[in-house]
Amino acid sequence: MDFSIYDFTSFNQGIDKFFFENLTPFWATVVEMTIIGLVFLIFYALVALFLIYAERKVCAFMQNRVGPNRVGPYGFFQLIADFIKLMLKEVIPIKNADKFLFNLAPFIVVIASFMAMAAIPFAKGLHAVDLDIGILYVIAVSSMGVIGILLAGWSSNNKYSLIGAMRSGAMIVSYELSVGLSLITIIILSGTMQFSAIVEGQANGWFIFKGHIPALIAFVIFLISSTAEANRGPFDLAEAESELTAGFHTEYSGIKFALFYMCEYMNMFIVSSIAATVFLGGWMPFHIGGCDGFNHIMDFIPPFIWYLGKTFFLVWVMMWFKWTFPRLRIDQVLTLEWKYLLPINLVNILFMAFIVLMGWHF
Amino acid sequence: MTTNQLMFVIFSAVIIIFSILTVTSRRILRAATYLLFVLVATAGLYFLLQFNFLAAIQLTLYVGGIVVLIIFSILLTSHLGDKLEAPGWKKTVPALFVAVFGAVMCTITILQYNFPMEVITGSDRTKIREISYSLVSTEKFGYALPFEVISILLLASMIGAIILAKKRKD
Repeated sequence: MDFSIYDFTSFNQGIDKFFFENLTPFWATVVEMTIIGLVFLIFYALVALFLIYAERKVCAFMQNRVGPNRVGPYGFFQLIADFIKLMLKEVIPIKNADKFLFNLAPFIVVIASFMAMAAIPFAKGLHAVDLDIGILYVIAVSSMGVIGILLAGWSSNNKYSLIGAMRSGAMIVSYELSVGLSLITIIILSGTMQFSAIVEGQANGWFIFKGHIPALIAFVIFLISSTAEANRGPFDLAEAESELTAGFHTEYSGIKFALFYMCEYMNMFIVSSIAATVFLGGWMPFHIGGCDGFNHIMDFIPPFIWYLGKTFFLVWVMMWFKWTFPRLRIDQVLTLEWKYLLPINLVNILFMAFIVLMGWHF
Repeated sequence: MTTNQLMFVIFSAVIIIFSILTVTSRRILRAATYLLFVLVATAGLYFLLQFNFLAAIQLTLYVGGIVVLIIFSILLTSHLGDKLEAPGWKKTVPALFVAVFGAVMCTITILQYNFPMEVITGSDRTKIREISYSLVSTEKFGYALPFEVISILLLASMIGAIILAKKRKD
């Protein structure tokens, strides 16, 4: 079992072999599943905490403030204090609410984002499952999240929650189309839906450069529509704190509110890592086809540094969006999707198919 | 018991329990949520059989599409306190009769049919490339004609929906 920060394949296979040699196949599978689940849980919590801190700092810089700066160095322990506070707070039971659906809703949202994370390749050989339908799988499981929001809004028995849920339902169902179609543009270019193969296909240049203009258009559309998918500003109509108190999670408190809150950040992380993987090469270092010397220097930076760098850059771009643009009205949101993004997207797919057919891509 | 059998038992139990709950629940949104569990567990069964493509389509269409649509229409039409009234015996008895009749028919058919035992090994049983080719091919086992017919049907229903929605306005 040799460990290298450039290739995790043999490391993972070594662990796998160790368990299957020492345990019966049944227990080996159970133990492996438990380990992977725990690792993802810890990763999930850590990334969400870090992103909450990052958002507060980025927001502060955009608004010419300092942000959290009292607890610990640069206010870094503020988020731990907030986390403990959220964990210990009372969960207020709601009278006249549908208790079963009210309690179920946050878990549906969490499960949807948790399942989507399973398919993301973090480094070479470092992913939970490498399905042959990777992208389709991510689109499929992330479409479950909206059900949690709809249920949360309805079962709270609160008019603000219901309005927030209806808005988010209409918005997410529409923007799913744009997310799917912009990813299809890249599937045409790559010829596969498997994440590992997509990353390998970018060894001689990222798809955003290889696909000329259509890839760039698809990238911009993906960024816009995935911001809407993650319910982030300027598309945070489901929450809209200045109009709807807190939208679909007005009635939630304590740990259940924390779950919704964490999910918002995790969804942002997931869509950013998909954008990074599909358009910007995922863990693949910055390569230029033909320049072997340059490529070799880039290879010295470990893959997961590349992956995290790209992902957090895109997360930062999404935070930038939120603190720059004013919130759209629901009719403006739907007009943007159905009258602009969708037609552009469809033409863009044709354009990309033509380029691939003629062999004009690199 | 292997892990596969264990997962099969769990998925089947979820499907059976929540199917019954779907049709017996008096609250319509809860029924829709139970239906969601049934559909997700079915997708789980497909994943277990390594029909990944089918499983993902099941999730996208039924969970992301149809259940969202059902929940959306419930949100628009019903209130939280609404409960369906319990059906009288005039409805229960024929329904029970039809259910038992259907169950017996299905059981007899399944038991009589001699399932060919065919073990397919290998990880990629669903080659998307092949599925996509057969979807647009005009040769044997090609689905070009059904594909086009369905597209025209969809277009027609979309135009119909737009016309209906417009008429109400003026």
